[in-house]
Amino acid sequence: MNAKAIVVTSGKGGVGKTTTTANVGAALAKQGEKVVVIDTDVGLRNLDVVMGLEGRVIYDLIDYFEGRCKLKQAVIRDKRVDKLHLIAASQTKDKSALSEERMRETIRLLLEEEGFDRVLIDSPAGIESGFQTAASAATGALVVVNPEVSSVRDADRIIGLLESREIDEVRLIINRMRPEMVRRGDMLEVDDVLEILGVKLIGIVPEDERILVSTNVGSPASLDDANKAGTEFRNIARRVRGEDVPYPSMEAETSGFLLGFRRLFGGR
Amino acid sequence: MFGLFGRKRSKDQLKERLKLVLSYDRAKLSPGKMEDLKAELLDVIGKYFPAEDSEYDVKLEQQGDRMVLIANLPVKG
Repeated sequence: MNAKAIVVTSGKGGVGKTTTTANVGAALAKQGEKVVVIDTDVGLRNLDVVMGLEGRVIYDLIDYFEGRCKLKQAVIRDKRVDKLHLIAASQTKDKSALSEERMRETIRLLLEEEGFDRVLIDSPAGIESGFQTAASAATGALVVVNPEVSSVRDADRIIGLLESREIDEVRLIINRMRPEMVRRGDMLEVDDVLEILGVKLIGIVPEDERILVSTNVGSPASLDDANKAGTEFRNIARRVRGEDVPYPSMEAETSGFLLGFRRLFGGR
Repeated sequence: MFGLFGRKRSKDQLKERLKLVLSYDRAKLSPGKMEDLKAELLDVIGKYFPAEDSEYDVKLEQQGDRMVLIANLPVKG
């Protein structure tokens, strides 16, 4: 993707936005990009705990917006990966300091003055001002969708709103695919979702308990090369960087699909 | 369309339902409004041709990246 500022969004809550932001951000940093992930879910901050950086938050985005700290002070460096950084959301309810203009200016400073290669903006759920602010500074978007009815409908709405903002690089991540259900015909296939939503694919992430386990301990799965559950997030990062990484096979009724996913699961 | 034991696969039903609901969402049109439109169309057409409600089909359909209104109105000869 050409976009350096990418919003991670979904419309519906609970589909894996924050986990995706943490994992793709961590993978991008491991692959050599200087990355900052920004939590814009003011009042409901979570990216800090998902990344295991909750103990290191001193200043947050709202502190910076309201002049209580410098931008550099709000940027938390992840000690595990050289180039990974976080700006936390504020946990207080006051969203009034969030403005599209401040957001755009902040992203510009991060990219132009602070030398970041990529900014990932974790959007709050919904289509209200929180999402609008998160999207305002982005030139690209990762839309996270689960293959179920309400998530697909909400993703369609979000894609429409992103397009009306003239964000032209909109890419879809289908999260929590369950190959067994696809094989039975009880879950939308990748091609079904793509046909319905009409956007380009950038990742297919199978449901995997190990993602939750890694979140429990605050260490994104994509950071650990030995953790096969992080593989697809690492592949998404490579695709964001313009690499042509093959997807697991997608035919539902053939063994190729399962084989493809088995490969993702590390041959299990 | 049909899996083992002739059961209709739930994902096919979901796909149909999603396509329909999204076509209305995208057109910012409610299915109720669509019925109004159909009734009015029928009135207008009825002035020129013999018309019968049951044979008329008016729906939204996605064609490529655009939405089209399809009205299938058989003319009685």
